[in-house]
Amino acid sequence: MSQPVRIDLEGFGKAYGGVPVLRDVSFTVYGGRVHGLLGENGAGKSTLLKAVCGAVAPDAGRVLLDGKPISVGSPRDALRHGFALISQELALVPAMTVLDNVYLGRWRNRLGWTTGREDGRTLARLMERTGFELDPSALVRDLPLAAQQQVEILRALASGASVIGMDEPTALLTQTETDRLMAVVRQLAADGATVLLISHFLEEVLSVCDDVTVLRDGRHVITGPAAAQTPGSLVRHMVGRPLELLYPEPAPVRDEAPVLLSVRDLRRGAAVRGVSMEIRAGEIVGVAGLVGSGRSETLRAIFGADPRDGGAVEVNGTAMPAGSPARAMRAGLAMVPESRKEQGLVLDRSVRENVALASLSSRQLAGFVRGGSERPAAGSMLRDLDVRGSDLGGPVWTLSGGNQQKVLFGKWLMEKPAVLLVDEPTRGVDVAAKSQIHRLLVDLAAEGMAVLMVSSEVEEVMGLAHRVLVMRHGRLVAEFARGEATREQVLAMAFADDLPAGDAPGPSGSADPTNYTESSRTSTEEHE
Amino acid sequence: MTTMADTEAPPEAVARATASRFTRLHDFGIVLTVVVIVVALSLTTQTFMTTGNLVNLLDQAAVIGLLACAATLVIISGAFDLSITAVLAVSAIVAVVVTTHAGVPAGMAAGVLTGGVLGAVNGLVVITVKVHSFIATLALSIIYRGLAVILTAGAIVYPRDAQLRSFQALGWPTVLGGITAASLLFLLVAAVCWVVLARTTFGRRIYAVGGNEEAARLSGIRVGAVRVAVFAISGVCAALAGLILASRGGSAQASMATGMELTAIAAAVVGGTSVLGGEGAIWRGLIGVLLITLIGNGFNLLGWDTIYQQVVQGALILGAVSFDRLLRGRRS
Repeated sequence: MSQPVRIDLEGFGKAYGGVPVLRDVSFTVYGGRVHGLLGENGAGKSTLLKAVCGAVAPDAGRVLLDGKPISVGSPRDALRHGFALISQELALVPAMTVLDNVYLGRWRNRLGWTTGREDGRTLARLMERTGFELDPSALVRDLPLAAQQQVEILRALASGASVIGMDEPTALLTQTETDRLMAVVRQLAADGATVLLISHFLEEVLSVCDDVTVLRDGRHVITGPAAAQTPGSLVRHMVGRPLELLYPEPAPVRDEAPVLLSVRDLRRGAAVRGVSMEIRAGEIVGVAGLVGSGRSETLRAIFGADPRDGGAVEVNGTAMPAGSPARAMRAGLAMVPESRKEQGLVLDRSVRENVALASLSSRQLAGFVRGGSERPAAGSMLRDLDVRGSDLGGPVWTLSGGNQQKVLFGKWLMEKPAVLLVDEPTRGVDVAAKSQIHRLLVDLAAEGMAVLMVSSEVEEVMGLAHRVLVMRHGRLVAEFARGEATREQVLAMAFADDLPAGDAPGPSGSADPTNYTESSRTSTEEHE
Repeated sequence: MTTMADTEAPPEAVARATASRFTRLHDFGIVLTVVVIVVALSLTTQTFMTTGNLVNLLDQAAVIGLLACAATLVIISGAFDLSITAVLAVSAIVAVVVTTHAGVPAGMAAGVLTGGVLGAVNGLVVITVKVHSFIATLALSIIYRGLAVILTAGAIVYPRDAQLRSFQALGWPTVLGGITAASLLFLLVAAVCWVVLARTTFGRRIYAVGGNEEAARLSGIRVGAVRVAVFAISGVCAALAGLILASRGGSAQASMATGMELTAIAAAVVGGTSVLGGEGAIWRGLIGVLLITLIGNGFNLLGWDTIYQQVVQGALILGAVSFDRLLRGRRS
């Protein structure tokens, strides 16, 4: 591995379509250290990392290696100087083997015929060094995500990279996988490599990084040793103002409030095995549980997004037969799905069309869209939700994550549903939008809506809900009234049978709360 | 709702304003290409800007134009329909056969109905078999061509001699400046498709299904019904194109319009409709048709040797699309 070096980034600037995303960013990275890059949505972290690793061409800026300017105009150039990027979207060929992917495009060959044996030997040495255990002949498409990431890391190392940029490598990993990856990152640094790491998870950054740099609105805010920072100080640097995330207090549920949603013995495959619950008007019920506990599947089965295998759903006292989302909507249900990009929004279409999509039939005349009633309706909904600078005609993908999420809520609020099902209400939104969405949920309940909310953030569930239900292996295993349980108790119930025998969780809760899910950690930004 | 205290300008507002201004400018790159060709032909020939030639141009564009409308609708809905010309052939044959038994109006109606039914069958197969529409409609098109051979016993079919005059009515010039009935039919269908896509809730649903099928489904849209309807409309457009061809030739046969489905898809895509679905417009398909038709027309008027026409046509399509791509830039 290379000697400790000094990498100066000088005056990086980049604009997309006239909008600057990086403005004169300069700082120094020292070799053999792990350097964290932090910032809110759109702060420019990913762009900077890509520019340094040759994946995008900056408008201005240069890289100095030990004081000498080097050219990193293309990934090939960057690689020549030892700079490799592991981006969020893994760049692997799914149908090829681990071995072929590690040496992609640089296979040892004799007159064009590949000679795999030599590559296999070097791969074995690399795996020994990193502690990865991969089958070189396995197809990449058969590997879990964490293993695919290891293939990328091996490829970077095989190409002789000494500076490795990682863009949110842990966003989709479990805690165990994350811990293992972070150990590898430390190992790489100990071997003399330099790692530039982007992550939302502040604790993770503070525990693994030697140095941190914070960007805000494309500008450099601070670079310094991680030891001098706390999660609070980092958030302050990122948002530019002190910030406290306080959950708004939900209004008490009236004694005479009717039951709006009643679910009895709902079943759906192995994911949902007999779930029963009742939610009253004005009540927020939160569901906590591990990823894979059947939380989202329960919501989807109630809404008719997936067929149910058994059980009954009543909305406002009337039985709702299983069927389709359309039927559930007529009965007064609405569901904000887990992923706004895959299940929520038609990204290429306008903000207005997206807001209007779930209620097209209520503003039509003989099949024609009544623009005259749609425009003001959509406009006032977006104003109510504070979707900033909402140009109704612009495509929805141009909005920030937080504003996209608000548009998604707007779509479902156009028809004033009786029951709102919400899956991950604030995944991947910035802090400001997050607190607005929390306030929105509390306000909707206060107006008499019944809200059923699923979230990977235990704090969110506990902070907003009148009642917290805990789900495990497709069943509801515990119910806590607001303020009745601690975070540790909720987590203990979510985890119960994953604990070693004899260590069953009492009400005091002995499970390791850090082992919950990746999303329960402090997340400040979506993966863009 | 509460409003967060906000001291900074919302950067995404600026980004969007800029983005949409650029999109609007970039949207018209392909139009520019067509305008350049029109100007060039007007300047270099005496005959281009004459009523006779323009009427002729429109008539030439009618068949491919109807097919391009079909292709555009289907592509926006996130699918492909490779069977349109096979549907065209079967519909035209049915129209001729029924005409010989029950007269021209019944024959024409039967042809259109056949197109709609075969289109709906395409849609039903695509949503039930869940094979990619590209493969499903390719297989179905082979079946339909086979049906056409069976129906005609491999021969060319004609209406009765006495019926020929009225059967060929679509080729007649109308009182509207001599524009043929076929051209008017094409313009009418294009206008209807345009309005349906741009103004109706059904159009909105087509874009939503093509842009994000899962989001559409979770928004209460019956995705399957939308798909079947789009394929049925595609079949009707194909049948109308078949009627025009049969009417012009006074006959129908199993091999009619072979390969023209690819030209129609090319026209739709050249105009800027995204093959990924969810994006595009009827006018874009029409621009594509105009580009392709103008090239043939230009060769005629300039007296160029038509053996070079296909090479030039392909090169121009490639050039126009590259230019469009360059202007529009890349998203993100």
